[in-house]
Amino acid sequence: MSTGACSCIIPHMLTKEEVVKIAQLARIALSGEEVEKFQKELSTVLDYVEELKKVDTEGLEEVSQVTGLVNVQREDRVVESEHREEIFKNAPEMKDGYFKVKAIL
Amino acid sequence: MQFEYLTLTELREKLDNKEISSVELTKYFLDRVKKSDLNAFITVTEEQALAGAAKADEFIGSDGENPFLSGIPYAAKDLFSVKGTRTTAASKILDNYIAPFDATSITKIKENYGVLLGKTNLDQFAHGSSGETSAYGPTKNAWDATRMPGGSSSGSASAVAGGLAPWATATETGGSIRQPASLSGISGWKPTYGRVSRYGVIAMGSSLDSIGAMAYSVEDLAGIAEVMSGRDEKDSTTGHIEVPKYSRLLNGDLAGLKVGVPNQYFIEGMEEGVKERVMEAIRELEKMGATLVNVDLPNTKYGSLVYAIVCPSEVSSNLARYDGIRYGHTVHQSAKDLMEVYAQSRAEGFGNEAKRRILTGTYVLSAGYYDAYYKKAQKVRRLIVNEFAEVFKQVDVLACPSTPSVAAKLGAAAENPLHGYIADQLNIPGSLAGLPALSVPCGFARPSDGETPSMDGLPVGLQIIGPQWGEQKIFNVGFAYQNATDWHKKHPVSE
Repeated sequence: MSTGACSCIIPHMLTKEEVVKIAQLARIALSGEEVEKFQKELSTVLDYVEELKKVDTEGLEEVSQVTGLVNVQREDRVVESEHREEIFKNAPEMKDGYFKVKAIL
Repeated sequence: MQFEYLTLTELREKLDNKEISSVELTKYFLDRVKKSDLNAFITVTEEQALAGAAKADEFIGSDGENPFLSGIPYAAKDLFSVKGTRTTAASKILDNYIAPFDATSITKIKENYGVLLGKTNLDQFAHGSSGETSAYGPTKNAWDATRMPGGSSSGSASAVAGGLAPWATATETGGSIRQPASLSGISGWKPTYGRVSRYGVIAMGSSLDSIGAMAYSVEDLAGIAEVMSGRDEKDSTTGHIEVPKYSRLLNGDLAGLKVGVPNQYFIEGMEEGVKERVMEAIRELEKMGATLVNVDLPNTKYGSLVYAIVCPSEVSSNLARYDGIRYGHTVHQSAKDLMEVYAQSRAEGFGNEAKRRILTGTYVLSAGYYDAYYKKAQKVRRLIVNEFAEVFKQVDVLACPSTPSVAAKLGAAAENPLHGYIADQLNIPGSLAGLPALSVPCGFARPSDGETPSMDGLPVGLQIIGPQWGEQKIFNVGFAYQNATDWHKKHPVSE
């Protein structure tokens, strides 16, 4: 098994700012150490996939699904759903039958 | 009397003849689970199992017409929602999550009086190929406890290989059934995408996720497939194609069958012993009447690259739901605002691999990069889909290795963020095209990285890939191969 990809020079090194920005978009708090770690690891992955850019895909339609199914519908009828109490059991906090969240503004 | 390593067909006979009851069988396997140190299970559902077994015993009649899975214990990968049961995905973010409903496949097994022993360990959110990204510690290989069982269905593979459960559910996005089945010396079925409902199975890559199973024989897998397959209103990607009676239609006659041997699946760096065992197995198919055809799949080399973009992209979308508000790990009490609830709950809850995939996916889908990465990858994926379609005009099935090497030492995957893409490179192209495949044991080979307890070495798997909806074809080939060989009857020495 090759492990060589990690040690080579990485031409697509992400900046720390880019990693911080992505982490914000993904809603994950990262420590300074993690930012550096993912800066390297993400760059390794991006470098790994670089070869794809050279593949000729002129005129090809991208694959969005493989089943070939189109407009799958079901009968519109009322069925019993999961019970609210069962679902709310997993919630950290609720009030009057609603999930409770922190103030947004 | 020993019941471990009996096939479902053999257990069925014993239950039908009343040689043993489901309760006795269930107690027997629960006892083995408790004594095992493979770390194959995250949660053992003893109480439910015994209640389910008692119900099965009431139901099982003596007329021999009992459902194939009735009264037989099984294990479920901990991605499958089971009502009232802890369902963790091997992540701390779901450590306390109790599923409020059953996955469709679990419902179907329940309706057939299958008896759930517990939930098996896995790579966290199925992100990994070694079992080591689990928040509950790595699972050990049943043949050599210093080695990985493969992943992500690590616990299911070790539970079956270690004789803790006669069969187990598993899932595959890009190798997670075939690779651990191969490294653990058991039979694994990765279905056609859409053959089995994904409803209630914690999502990873929704255009790829396939719900399958592991057992000791292809005959057993065919019987399991009949139960798990079928259209489901709750998963609109399930196919409308009728489910054949796979097990009754099993045909071990390979005369006239064309078996493609893809040149690109015998790659540089592959272990010599793996190559030898697989070539012997392929020649065995020829001896049974199959015609071998060398075929080319030149875009195979792009499979892992496409996957390295498509999978994290879908992961980043699917894992957005873990927000610390509705369920799962949360910092709700201590956080100062909503943003902190999200960011801190996710920081504490997700493991390293989940974070890496979410961040990679978020990057390649973000403004300015979507066309260059995601769209480009999905176009190259078209090349792979087309290439398989062309090859299946010439041959009935493809036969090749399941993995490039036998089980590696625990720890070998941790340092390389590309480990999975390399380990699964012979599985990923078929996943991208939604094809069905099997891995069946085909002998043993010595590892290239040191010694192992058995002189024979470690299990090698033969991969059989079929065309879309071609389950019957791959089952027939696997069935024929297992009629002619006994590699699937080899098991680790039972303590």
